[in-house]
Amino acid sequence: MKATIYPCPLPGGAAASELALTFDRGRQHRVLVAPALFDEANRMRRFTVEVMRRLDGAGIDSILPDLPGCNESEQELAQVEPEDWRMGLEAAARHFGATHVLAIRGGGLVLPDKLPGWHFAPVKGASLVKTLLRARIISAREAGREEDAAELMERGKEQGIELAGWPLSAEMLRQLEALLPSKRGDLIPVDQEMIGGSALWLRAEPDEAPDQVDALAAVLTVGLAQ
Amino acid sequence: MRSTIDRKLRKILEDVLGLKPGQADAFTNETGLFGYLPELDSMAVAGLLTEMEDRLDIVIDEDEIDGELFETYGNLLNFAIAKQEDA
Repeated sequence: MKATIYPCPLPGGAAASELALTFDRGRQHRVLVAPALFDEANRMRRFTVEVMRRLDGAGIDSILPDLPGCNESEQELAQVEPEDWRMGLEAAARHFGATHVLAIRGGGLVLPDKLPGWHFAPVKGASLVKTLLRARIISAREAGREEDAAELMERGKEQGIELAGWPLSAEMLRQLEALLPSKRGDLIPVDQEMIGGSALWLRAEPDEAPDQVDALAAVLTVGLAQ
Repeated sequence: MRSTIDRKLRKILEDVLGLKPGQADAFTNETGLFGYLPELDSMAVAGLLTEMEDRLDIVIDEDEIDGELFETYGNLLNFAIAKQEDA
Protein backbone atom coordinates (compact mmCIF):
# COMPACT_ATOMS: atom_id res chain seq x y z
CA MET A 1 0.00 0.00 0.00
CA LYS A 2 1.32 3.39 -0.93
CA ALA A 3 0.12 6.98 -0.55
CA THR A 4 0.68 8.92 -3.74
CA ILE A 5 -0.75 11.99 -5.43
CA TYR A 6 -2.69 12.57 -8.63
CA PRO A 7 -3.44 15.80 -10.53
CA CYS A 8 -7.05 16.76 -9.96
CA PRO A 9 -8.62 19.46 -12.16
CA LEU A 10 -9.92 22.66 -10.58
CA PRO A 11 -12.71 24.75 -12.08
CA GLY A 12 -11.12 27.24 -14.48
CA GLY A 13 -8.49 24.89 -15.84
CA ALA A 14 -5.94 24.75 -13.00
CA ALA A 15 -5.06 21.52 -11.20
CA ALA A 16 -4.59 20.60 -7.55
CA SER A 17 -2.76 17.64 -6.11
CA GLU A 18 -4.94 15.13 -4.31
CA LEU A 19 -3.89 12.09 -2.36
CA ALA A 20 -4.61 8.53 -3.45
CA LEU A 21 -4.04 5.26 -1.64
CA THR A 22 -2.79 2.65 -4.07
CA PHE A 23 -1.97 -1.03 -4.31
CA ASP A 24 -0.08 -0.67 -7.55
CA ARG A 25 2.20 -3.36 -8.97
CA GLY A 26 1.45 -2.56 -12.62
CA ARG A 27 -0.87 -5.51 -13.05
CA GLN A 28 -3.48 -6.15 -15.74
CA HIS A 29 -6.60 -5.28 -13.74
CA ARG A 30 -6.63 -1.90 -12.04
CA VAL A 31 -9.70 -0.98 -10.01
CA LEU A 32 -10.53 2.64 -9.24
CA VAL A 33 -12.41 2.83 -5.93
CA ALA A 34 -15.06 5.56 -5.64
CA PRO A 35 -15.46 6.00 -1.88
CA ALA A 36 -18.65 6.43 0.13
CA LEU A 37 -19.60 10.05 0.90
CA PHE A 38 -19.86 12.17 4.07
CA ASP A 39 -20.26 10.24 7.32
CA GLU A 40 -20.49 6.99 5.43
CA ALA A 41 -16.98 7.62 4.12
CA ASN A 42 -15.66 7.31 7.67
CA ARG A 43 -17.70 4.26 8.55
CA MET A 44 -16.79 2.50 5.27
CA ARG A 45 -13.11 3.49 5.14
CA ARG A 46 -11.68 0.40 6.81
CA PHE A 47 -13.99 -1.93 4.89
CA THR A 48 -12.96 -0.22 1.63
CA VAL A 49 -9.22 -0.47 2.25
CA GLU A 50 -9.57 -4.07 3.46
CA VAL A 51 -11.31 -4.96 0.17
CA MET A 52 -8.36 -3.36 -1.65
CA ARG A 53 -5.95 -5.44 0.43
CA ARG A 54 -7.81 -8.63 -0.53
CA LEU A 55 -7.75 -7.60 -4.20
CA ASP A 56 -3.99 -7.01 -3.92
CA GLY A 57 -3.62 -10.54 -2.58
CA ALA A 58 -5.62 -11.80 -5.55
CA GLY A 59 -3.33 -10.06 -8.04
CA ILE A 60 -5.49 -7.01 -8.71
CA ASP A 61 -4.30 -3.39 -8.43
CA SER A 62 -6.55 -0.75 -6.88
CA ILE A 63 -6.59 3.00 -6.35
CA LEU A 64 -8.56 4.95 -3.74
CA PRO A 65 -8.39 8.68 -4.52
CA ASP A 66 -9.32 11.44 -2.08
CA LEU A 67 -12.18 13.47 -3.51
CA PRO A 68 -11.68 17.27 -3.64
CA GLY A 69 -12.70 18.77 -0.29
CA CYS A 70 -12.48 15.43 1.56
CA ASN A 71 -9.84 13.73 3.74
CA GLU A 72 -6.40 15.29 3.09
CA SER A 73 -7.60 17.57 0.28
CA GLU A 74 -6.57 21.23 0.39
CA GLN A 75 -9.77 22.25 -1.37
CA GLU A 76 -12.60 23.66 0.72
CA LEU A 77 -15.60 21.37 0.77
CA ALA A 78 -17.89 24.44 0.89
CA GLN A 79 -16.68 25.33 -2.63
CA VAL A 80 -17.04 21.85 -4.09
CA GLU A 81 -19.88 20.36 -6.14
CA PRO A 82 -20.54 16.73 -7.15
CA GLU A 83 -19.34 17.45 -10.67
CA ASP A 84 -15.88 18.25 -9.17
CA TRP A 85 -15.88 14.82 -7.57
CA ARG A 86 -16.78 13.19 -10.87
CA MET A 87 -13.98 15.07 -12.60
CA GLY A 88 -11.57 14.09 -9.81
CA LEU A 89 -12.42 10.41 -10.23
CA GLU A 90 -12.11 10.74 -13.99
CA ALA A 91 -8.68 12.36 -13.58
CA ALA A 92 -7.58 9.61 -11.18
CA ALA A 93 -8.84 6.92 -13.59
CA ARG A 94 -6.80 8.49 -16.37
CA HIS A 95 -3.70 9.12 -14.26
CA PHE A 96 -3.52 5.59 -12.87
CA GLY A 97 -4.82 3.84 -15.99
CA ALA A 98 -7.80 2.25 -14.22
CA THR A 99 -9.52 -0.60 -16.07
CA HIS A 100 -12.51 -1.01 -13.74
CA VAL A 101 -14.35 0.81 -10.98
CA LEU A 102 -15.69 -0.21 -7.59
CA ALA A 103 -18.13 2.34 -6.20
CA ILE A 104 -19.14 2.23 -2.56
CA ARG A 105 -22.58 3.72 -1.68
CA GLY A 106 -22.70 7.41 -2.71
CA GLY A 107 -19.43 7.09 -4.64
CA GLY A 108 -21.55 5.56 -7.39
CA LEU A 109 -23.31 8.90 -7.92
CA VAL A 110 -20.21 10.60 -9.33
CA LEU A 111 -18.60 7.96 -11.52
CA PRO A 112 -16.53 8.66 -14.61
CA ASP A 113 -18.09 7.45 -17.85
CA LYS A 114 -17.12 4.24 -19.55
CA LEU A 115 -15.31 2.34 -16.78
CA PRO A 116 -17.04 -1.02 -16.22
CA GLY A 117 -17.32 -2.39 -12.71
CA TRP A 118 -19.40 -2.76 -9.58
CA HIS A 119 -21.51 -0.57 -7.33
CA PHE A 120 -21.78 -1.77 -3.74
CA ALA A 121 -25.00 -0.88 -1.87
CA PRO A 122 -26.24 1.87 -4.21
CA VAL A 123 -27.98 4.88 -2.66
CA LYS A 124 -29.86 7.87 -4.06
CA GLY A 125 -28.37 11.34 -3.59
CA ALA A 126 -31.70 12.49 -2.14
CA SER A 127 -31.44 9.87 0.63
CA LEU A 128 -27.97 11.10 1.60
CA VAL A 129 -29.20 14.70 1.72
CA LYS A 130 -32.24 13.73 3.77
CA THR A 131 -30.14 11.88 6.33
CA LEU A 132 -27.74 14.81 6.75
CA LEU A 133 -30.66 17.23 7.05
CA ARG A 134 -32.29 15.01 9.66
CA ALA A 135 -29.09 14.72 11.68
CA ARG A 136 -28.95 18.52 11.85
CA ILE A 137 -32.60 18.85 12.88
CA ILE A 138 -32.31 16.13 15.52
CA SER A 139 -29.18 17.60 17.10
CA ALA A 140 -30.72 21.10 17.03
CA ARG A 141 -33.76 19.70 18.79
CA GLU A 142 -31.54 18.08 21.42
CA ALA A 143 -30.07 21.55 21.98
CA GLY A 144 -33.58 22.99 22.36
CA ARG A 145 -33.84 24.63 18.92
CA GLU A 146 -36.54 23.83 16.37
CA GLU A 147 -35.55 23.90 12.71
CA ASP A 148 -37.76 23.30 9.70
CA ALA A 149 -36.57 20.86 7.04
CA ALA A 150 -38.16 22.63 4.08
CA GLU A 151 -36.87 26.02 5.20
CA LEU A 152 -33.33 24.69 5.74
CA MET A 153 -33.36 23.05 2.33
CA GLU A 154 -34.57 26.21 0.62
CA ARG A 155 -31.92 28.32 2.32
CA GLY A 156 -29.24 25.72 1.58
CA LYS A 157 -30.03 25.66 -2.11
CA GLU A 158 -29.65 29.43 -2.24
CA GLN A 159 -26.58 30.07 -0.14
CA GLY A 160 -25.17 26.72 0.98
CA ILE A 161 -25.57 25.21 4.45
CA GLU A 162 -23.75 23.20 7.08
CA LEU A 163 -25.39 19.83 7.66
CA ALA A 164 -24.11 17.48 10.38
CA GLY A 165 -20.75 19.21 10.32
CA TRP A 166 -20.36 19.21 6.51
CA PRO A 167 -20.30 22.64 4.87
CA LEU A 168 -22.22 22.09 1.64
CA SER A 169 -22.42 24.53 -1.24
CA ALA A 170 -25.77 25.44 -2.79
CA GLU A 171 -24.64 23.65 -5.94
CA MET A 172 -23.69 20.56 -3.92
CA LEU A 173 -27.20 20.34 -2.48
CA ARG A 174 -28.96 21.04 -5.76
CA GLN A 175 -26.97 18.47 -7.75
CA LEU A 176 -26.81 15.82 -5.04
CA GLU A 177 -30.55 15.77 -4.52
CA ALA A 178 -31.10 14.82 -8.15
CA LEU A 179 -28.34 12.22 -8.50
CA LEU A 180 -29.36 8.58 -8.96
CA PRO A 181 -27.23 5.43 -9.12
CA SER A 182 -26.18 4.72 -12.70
CA LYS A 183 -28.21 2.12 -14.56
CA ARG A 184 -25.39 1.42 -17.00
CA GLY A 185 -25.33 -2.21 -18.07
CA ASP A 186 -21.60 -2.55 -17.45
CA LEU A 187 -21.96 -1.45 -13.83
CA ILE A 188 -23.12 -4.37 -11.69
CA PRO A 189 -25.03 -3.50 -8.50
CA VAL A 190 -23.94 -5.55 -5.47
CA ASP A 191 -26.49 -5.40 -2.65
CA GLN A 192 -25.78 -5.95 1.01
CA GLU A 193 -27.76 -9.21 0.88
CA MET A 194 -25.31 -10.57 -1.70
CA ILE A 195 -22.34 -10.26 0.64
CA GLY A 196 -24.25 -11.10 3.83
CA GLY A 197 -23.99 -9.58 7.28
CA SER A 198 -25.37 -6.24 8.35
CA ALA A 199 -24.76 -2.84 6.77
CA LEU A 200 -21.60 -1.17 8.09
CA TRP A 201 -22.57 2.26 6.73
CA LEU A 202 -25.57 2.31 9.09
CA ARG A 203 -23.60 1.58 12.22
CA ALA A 204 -23.84 4.04 15.08
CA GLU A 205 -20.18 3.26 15.70
CA PRO A 206 -17.63 2.23 13.06
CA ASP A 207 -17.05 -1.49 12.84
CA GLU A 208 -15.41 -4.03 10.59
CA ALA A 209 -16.60 -7.26 9.01
CA PRO A 210 -13.93 -9.54 7.49
CA ASP A 211 -16.57 -11.89 6.07
CA GLN A 212 -18.15 -9.03 4.11
CA VAL A 213 -14.73 -7.90 2.88
CA ASP A 214 -13.98 -11.42 1.65
CA ALA A 215 -17.36 -11.66 -0.07
CA LEU A 216 -17.10 -8.36 -1.95
CA ALA A 217 -13.50 -9.00 -2.97
CA ALA A 218 -14.60 -12.42 -4.24
CA VAL A 219 -17.32 -10.84 -6.39
CA LEU A 220 -14.68 -8.71 -8.10
CA THR A 221 -12.06 -11.43 -8.32
CA VAL A 222 -14.48 -13.89 -9.90
CA GLY A 223 -15.85 -11.20 -12.22
CA LEU A 224 -12.39 -10.21 -13.41
CA ALA A 225 -11.34 -13.81 -13.97
CA GLN A 226 -14.16 -14.32 -16.50
CA MET B 1 -48.46 -7.23 8.07
CA ARG B 2 -47.30 -6.64 11.61
CA SER B 3 -44.84 -9.52 11.57
CA THR B 4 -43.23 -8.35 8.31
CA ILE B 5 -42.67 -4.84 9.66
CA ASP B 6 -41.50 -6.30 12.96
CA ARG B 7 -38.94 -8.50 11.22
CA LYS B 8 -37.66 -5.70 8.99
CA LEU B 9 -37.42 -3.25 11.88
CA ARG B 10 -35.40 -5.70 13.99
CA LYS B 11 -33.02 -6.20 11.05
CA ILE B 12 -32.55 -2.42 10.66
CA LEU B 13 -31.74 -2.14 14.37
CA GLU B 14 -29.26 -5.00 14.05
CA ASP B 15 -27.55 -3.06 11.25
CA VAL B 16 -27.49 0.27 13.08
CA LEU B 17 -26.36 -1.18 16.38
CA GLY B 18 -24.04 -3.85 15.04
CA LEU B 19 -25.91 -6.61 16.88
CA LYS B 20 -25.27 -10.24 16.11
CA PRO B 21 -27.83 -11.87 13.78
CA GLY B 22 -30.87 -12.75 15.84
CA GLN B 23 -29.84 -10.64 18.83
CA ALA B 24 -32.65 -8.17 18.12
CA ASP B 25 -35.11 -11.10 18.32
CA ALA B 26 -34.84 -10.73 22.09
CA PHE B 27 -36.32 -7.21 21.95
CA THR B 28 -39.76 -6.97 23.52
CA ASN B 29 -42.12 -4.03 23.22
CA GLU B 30 -40.73 -2.80 26.53
CA THR B 31 -37.06 -2.94 25.50
CA GLY B 32 -35.71 0.58 25.93
CA LEU B 33 -33.85 1.71 22.83
CA PHE B 34 -32.08 4.80 24.13
CA GLY B 35 -31.12 3.22 27.43
CA TYR B 36 -30.18 -0.13 25.95
CA LEU B 37 -28.35 1.55 23.08
CA PRO B 38 -26.48 4.57 24.39
CA GLU B 39 -24.44 4.97 21.22
CA LEU B 40 -27.38 6.29 19.19
CA ASP B 41 -26.30 9.82 18.24
CA SER B 42 -28.12 12.21 15.89
CA MET B 43 -26.37 10.85 12.79
CA ALA B 44 -27.23 7.27 13.72
CA VAL B 45 -30.85 8.18 14.41
CA ALA B 46 -31.02 10.03 11.08
CA GLY B 47 -29.60 7.02 9.23
CA LEU B 48 -32.02 4.72 11.03
CA LEU B 49 -35.02 6.82 9.96
CA THR B 50 -33.92 7.05 6.33
CA GLU B 51 -33.37 3.30 6.25
CA MET B 52 -36.82 2.72 7.77
CA GLU B 53 -38.31 4.82 4.97
CA ASP B 54 -36.47 2.85 2.30
CA ARG B 55 -37.08 -0.64 3.63
CA LEU B 56 -40.61 -0.14 4.96
CA ASP B 57 -41.71 2.13 2.11
CA ILE B 58 -42.98 4.88 4.39
CA VAL B 59 -42.37 8.63 4.65
CA ILE B 60 -41.43 10.14 8.01
CA ASP B 61 -41.91 13.84 8.70
CA GLU B 62 -39.26 15.57 10.74
CA ASP B 63 -41.81 16.85 13.25
CA GLU B 64 -42.81 13.28 14.09
CA ILE B 65 -39.37 12.54 15.48
CA ASP B 66 -39.15 12.90 19.23
CA GLY B 67 -37.50 11.19 22.16
CA GLU B 68 -40.61 9.15 22.91
CA LEU B 69 -40.32 7.39 19.55
CA PHE B 70 -37.06 5.76 20.63
CA GLU B 71 -38.01 5.16 24.25
CA THR B 72 -38.97 1.54 23.63
CA TYR B 73 -38.92 -0.92 20.77
CA GLY B 74 -42.72 -1.11 21.00
CA ASN B 75 -43.05 2.64 20.41
CA LEU B 76 -40.92 2.50 17.28
CA LEU B 77 -42.73 -0.58 15.98
CA ASN B 78 -46.18 0.92 16.55
CA PHE B 79 -45.07 4.11 14.81
CA ALA B 80 -43.84 2.13 11.79
CA ILE B 81 -47.08 0.12 11.63
CA ALA B 82 -49.23 3.26 11.82
CA LYS B 83 -47.13 4.86 9.09
CA GLN B 84 -47.51 1.89 6.78
CA GLU B 85 -51.27 1.83 7.35
CA ASP B 86 -51.36 5.51 6.35
CA ALA B 87 -49.41 4.88 3.16
